[in-house]
Amino acid sequence: MKTPDKEEFTLSVYSENQVGLLNQITTVFTRRHINIESLTTSESAISGIHKFTIVVFATADHIEKLAKQIEKRIDVLKVFVFRADEIIHQEVALYKVSTGSLLGGNEIEKLVRQYGARILEITPEYTVIEKTGHKQETQELFEKLDPYGVSQFVRSGRIAITKNKKELLESYLKKLETDQTQLN
Amino acid sequence: MEPQSQLLMKEKTTETTRMSGSEAVMQSLLKEGTSIIFGYPGGAIMPIYDALYNYHEQIHHVLTRHEQGAMHAAQGYARVTGKVGVCLATSGPGATNTITGLADAMMDSTPLVVITGQVVSSLLGTDAFQETDVVGVTQPVTKWNYQVRRAEDIPAALARAFYIARSGRPGPVVVDITKDAQINELDFNYQPVESIRSYTPESPIDFHQIEEAAKLINLAKKPLALVGQGVVLGNAERELLDFLEKAEIPAAWTLLGLSAMPSDHPQNVGMLGMHGNYGPNIKTNEADLIIAIGMRFDDRVTGDLTKYATNARVIHMEIDPAEINKNVHADVPVLGNVKKTLPLLTAKITNNDHKDWLAEFDACFRIEFNRIIEKEIAPADKGLRMGEVISKVSSAFDDDAVMVTDVGQHQMMGARYFRFKQSRSVVTSGGLGTMGFGLPAAMGAKLGAPDRPVCVFVGDGGFQMTIQELGTIFQTKIPVKIVLLNNNFLGMVRQWQELFFDKRYASTELINPDFQTIAKGYHVPAVKVTDRENLDDAIRQMVETDGPFLLEAVVEKEGNVFPMVPAGASVSDIRLE
Repeated sequence: MKTPDKEEFTLSVYSENQVGLLNQITTVFTRRHINIESLTTSESAISGIHKFTIVVFATADHIEKLAKQIEKRIDVLKVFVFRADEIIHQEVALYKVSTGSLLGGNEIEKLVRQYGARILEITPEYTVIEKTGHKQETQELFEKLDPYGVSQFVRSGRIAITKNKKELLESYLKKLETDQTQLN
Repeated sequence: MEPQSQLLMKEKTTETTRMSGSEAVMQSLLKEGTSIIFGYPGGAIMPIYDALYNYHEQIHHVLTRHEQGAMHAAQGYARVTGKVGVCLATSGPGATNTITGLADAMMDSTPLVVITGQVVSSLLGTDAFQETDVVGVTQPVTKWNYQVRRAEDIPAALARAFYIARSGRPGPVVVDITKDAQINELDFNYQPVESIRSYTPESPIDFHQIEEAAKLINLAKKPLALVGQGVVLGNAERELLDFLEKAEIPAAWTLLGLSAMPSDHPQNVGMLGMHGNYGPNIKTNEADLIIAIGMRFDDRVTGDLTKYATNARVIHMEIDPAEINKNVHADVPVLGNVKKTLPLLTAKITNNDHKDWLAEFDACFRIEFNRIIEKEIAPADKGLRMGEVISKVSSAFDDDAVMVTDVGQHQMMGARYFRFKQSRSVVTSGGLGTMGFGLPAAMGAKLGAPDRPVCVFVGDGGFQMTIQELGTIFQTKIPVKIVLLNNNFLGMVRQWQELFFDKRYASTELINPDFQTIAKGYHVPAVKVTDRENLDDAIRQMVETDGPFLLEAVVEKEGNVFPMVPAGASVSDIRLE
């Protein structure tokens, strides 16, 4: 039997702001031996509700089961699963290069312009460059800067916004209220 | 707002009483209707035990001999009563000893609230004496867990714990309370929890799904219902029979669905799965419709999933959305509590009969009876067999006892040969398969159903995993009937070694102690039977003895449980020998 192909999925997990929630969510992945490619977490637009954005490679079948397992945790409100074409997403990368290499020629300055990056801080010793974009873009800039000596390079996890016209979480919270009335 | 108080959303209301955190635990338990708890004291939970001392008339505390025993006893209690089982344990080793029981209750959807003591909050994270990250280690094996660090959060945390444990698909919950929170004072006011925003215990009913399911049932020529514990947990036994009888649908059960319908019901076609009956297994692949009712398609039921229910559409009636499409694709999922969905479905299906289809199960049963059952329950050869002991014990109790089992061959034999008249008559470790479960679970079952005979079957292996609970049985005077089926082997593993590992009996033979002497030491009357001639008398003696009793039956060393679907094989490949 042919094993189904793995694809990239972005999960938006909304939860109550609880100690230990991250652990509850990540163990669902650990159990099925699925590696998390990236993870960011922060308070959502709704006060008291936290949002986790998680990127994984998995099969569509797996991801459906994973999402249900995560949703099953008591303090998790809702999990939405997206393919790449359903979201606008972004990451931020920081590069630390020696200011000396910047002064040695105009190559770095050219790269900064060409890649739409910006300089955050310049000291006599080092310069910090920031670039936002998709992973391959921030990676490409790293490879271009590397020959000039990058002493530190960090990249954030992905954050994402849906293309959907409907605001999914708000509709969900509304539905909860209606269901509650139906059940009572 | 600090997260703790934010979660618990305490409402300030009028009447409050000043008391310690420990007393608030007692008051909260009373508000939830708790009358019995199982536990074991220790340093970090001493304030709660001290408060319990004043409440011993309202709350009966059963002191077990190990926290694992307390857990299984609470499970036994919860399974026969449908109420939430409550356990107390201290921090560190006390809490870690509850893990097996938690995992077992999680797999078998048993409602438990486990209260563990924790070191003083100022010592948290310092590797203090008997400190364990209880919330961390119990997280994967609990439905919910929570650490309370302030006395004033105790009532709300326990209200939430009880609500989560019993609602929706039930499960175990841990509330870890620091010692200072037990000691400090609070203004007590109890607000039962009735809903939690992020938690949907039961999905709203989708009437379209009911319509679709009814259509499939009305068209089916060979429908087969698979009955799971969801029926028992939902108290939907009557609704199940109404449904099954209206269209004369044959019904097979999972291990935990056992006793949901009477053993002698004409549509009860037997047990599913690895050591289930021949008919329901072989017919799974001939059925044109599978109606799964509160069951989760465990691998012990399905065998090879690629060769499972190959000719059938599948209706899956289930409370837990995560079970839908997990193992078997559902053509029509019917989400919700079967107590509510079954009557709606019954109303939509047409009266029908399936005489010929049912007759096929009868034919299978005759084959199985001739080749296996008769030899097991009425053997002609010399040695005692597990099946005959179990069958005779069942008859001695007029087929109306609660059967508790440990795990292994005797468990499968018990499921096959014990007979049931009423629901909630089986307590067994299904999902986790925990050896050592039987004896303590039987204590809890008996305390939960004091008016019914409770009989526990144990093997000589599993018995010795929690044998110290004989001490609890003696001290608490719990009249359980213990039937030890002793073959001086870890029988199920030995059976697999015989069938799949060339009879290489690696570490499965047991050189056992004299169980009669051990029983004597614990003041439990006991008798040992090695011959068929003495079996009836011994059983009579057990039934007639007031109080606990140990009946040790020395059975065939190398008896096997058949039929058998070998692990990973298709249900169609069930072996009769």
